[in-house]
Amino acid sequence: MSVLVLAEHGNAQLDEATARAVSAALCLDNDVHVLVAGKGCHDVALAAAHLDGVSKVLLAEGESLANQLAEPLADLIVARSGNYDAIVAASTSTGKNVMPRVAALLDVMQISDVIAIDSPDLFRRPIYAGNIVQTVRSKDPKRVLTIRASAFRPVGKGEAKPIETVDIVPGSCLSTFVANAVAVSERPDLTSARIVVSGGRGMGSADNFETVLAPLADTLGAALGASRAAVDAGYVSNDLQVGQTGKIVAPDLYIACGISGAIQHLAGMKDSKVIVAINRDAEAPIFQVADYGLVADLFEAVPELKGTLASAT
Amino acid sequence: MKILVAVKRVADPNVKVRLRADGSGLDLAAVKMTMNPFDEIAVEEAVRLKEAGIASEVVVVSVGPDKATETLRTALAMGADRGLLVRTEATTEPLAVAKVLSAVAGEEQPALILLGKQAIDDDCNQTGQMLAAKLGWPQATFASQLAVDGDRVTVIREVDGGSQTIALTLPAIVTADLRLNEPRYASLPNIMKAKKKPLEERQASDYGLVIEERLEVVRLEEPPTRAAGIKVKSVAELVERLKTEAGVLA
Ligand SMILES: Cc1cc2nc3c(=O)[nH]c(=O)nc-3n(C[C@H](O)[C@H](O)[C@H](O)COP(=O)(O)OP(=O)(O)OC[C@H]3O[C@@H](n4cnc5c(N)ncnc54)[C@H](O)[C@@H]3O)c2cc1C
Ligand SMILES: Nc1ncnc2c1ncn2[C@@H]1O[C@H](COP(=O)(O)O)[C@@H](O)[C@H]1O
Repeated sequence: MSVLVLAEHGNAQLDEATARAVSAALCLDNDVHVLVAGKGCHDVALAAAHLDGVSKVLLAEGESLANQLAEPLADLIVARSGNYDAIVAASTSTGKNVMPRVAALLDVMQISDVIAIDSPDLFRRPIYAGNIVQTVRSKDPKRVLTIRASAFRPVGKGEAKPIETVDIVPGSCLSTFVANAVAVSERPDLTSARIVVSGGRGMGSADNFETVLAPLADTLGAALGASRAAVDAGYVSNDLQVGQTGKIVAPDLYIACGISGAIQHLAGMKDSKVIVAINRDAEAPIFQVADYGLVADLFEAVPELKGTLASAT
Repeated sequence: MKILVAVKRVADPNVKVRLRADGSGLDLAAVKMTMNPFDEIAVEEAVRLKEAGIASEVVVVSVGPDKATETLRTALAMGADRGLLVRTEATTEPLAVAKVLSAVAGEEQPALILLGKQAIDDDCNQTGQMLAAKLGWPQATFASQLAVDGDRVTVIREVDGGSQTIALTLPAIVTADLRLNEPRYASLPNIMKAKKKPLEERQASDYGLVIEERLEVVRLEEPPTRAAGIKVKSVAELVERLKTEAGVLA
């Protein structure tokens, strides 16, 4: 039977995480359908229809779906679930919010944050902040998975496949949307950027983040990231947190500045291809995972690095 | 209004958990155990709602082994009124826990149930959402702010793109994120007082439930460790190596 993938989007644009979820779904079966649920999201459906390996797109639109609230979205997925062996979403905040609700309605144990699919019922996933990887076999008749986007290569673009409109599920509105505070940034998206420049408590202030770290990120065309300590201290907004409980990133180059390298932070970035650490404490644990470590005061090293790179281009 | 808070006993987050030398399982024998950090935040929030006169009673529940009573006592020392241990030696998967909590909610009739967003051992991030589904209640996950007003709770949630505010009709489920509050340390007098607070023990079978495992763990392994690289002496050397050796800079 087929696999249903929940599309990740903001009504205007399809998120790259969807192409990665499709890639995971194709490890389960080659009949993969994508559900685009939202409002005014026809362009998203079109983009999904062009994803390589997708055989059909289901488009559900309605006011109740405009903000991806868990209750109506879960009801919609459950209503369609009869046709599918597996339901897959990326481990985004929407996927993490709605999929366990779907799983419980179907009386299925969800498999969270899958990093590898060995066979259609054998899945690998990290536990204990990534210190251990478990392989689990699901005994449920249906699989509900969230996949770690950084662990799956996105599928490419292919010929357009059909888009079928499906009805939304009427239900009681137990929750209502009030507002979104969207962090706007000109910089690349943290989870898909090729280079990430991250700052920790060592940055000292929000101002330093902007005047010392941001120029380096911009010179490299990199995304900005942060440790929990930097977010807690109010240096940057929560959506920049990298780690066990923040975003998981795996860029080609990760530059950690003034970050000690706690287990929970490493959980979010240790699969980066190349890791650079700048820290004035030679004993900081971050050096144990860094390919290139520079023991230095970041307030000298970071501007110098920026200067060297800027003059080279 | 009564608040129910679910708390799990887990390995201390500062410990790097390893496998037993023979690979037969996790080596937890000597590991310090604590309350899941997100659950401390959930308990703190409930206690604050009580202190603000909004909640009338805070009941804490754990599904787990005997030793989980220590976790419940910690919650009582933080200010919860009453504890309930649903005893089991089995692995507690989120679906099974959600079923137990749903039965407990049926008896206790709370207006609000608070949970952590994620247990830092299984890193599942599921139980609150599953409980909401089982009860047919609305959910607000990853809460960084919460305000109760009459029969509604307004929650600010931490989401990928920033934050989202939603309003739920009570009864409802809220899961706590890191920045909801900073949990207090229990004072010694409160730890003493907590020893006298009521703590009831039950079995899953008392609710007509069996704690079953739907996921069979077929293998546990430690991921390949990253070898420490080299220390560079200067920014110039760093740039040179990133360009020529690592090939990540043009
Ligand atoms: C349940 C739980 C979940 C968590 N989730 C996450 C998570 O998702 N992500 C995360 O990051 N953390 C998380 N943490 C927190 C984590 O344990 C650490 O506390 C946090 O990562 C520390 O951040 P930091 O490295 O910026 O700060 P610190 O550990 O304080 O390190 C600051 C570093 O900066 C260096 N420094 C200071 N000044 C300078 C300077 N001028 N030049 C150079 N170096 C300097 C210091 O030497 C030090 O190594 C979590 C913790 C818990 C309990
Ligand atoms: N065995 C348990 N007993 C009580 N509460 C639990 C248990 N397991 C999970 N929870 C609650 O559910 C939250 C999320 O856990 P999880 O879904 O396992 O990541 C935790 O922070 C707890 O509040």
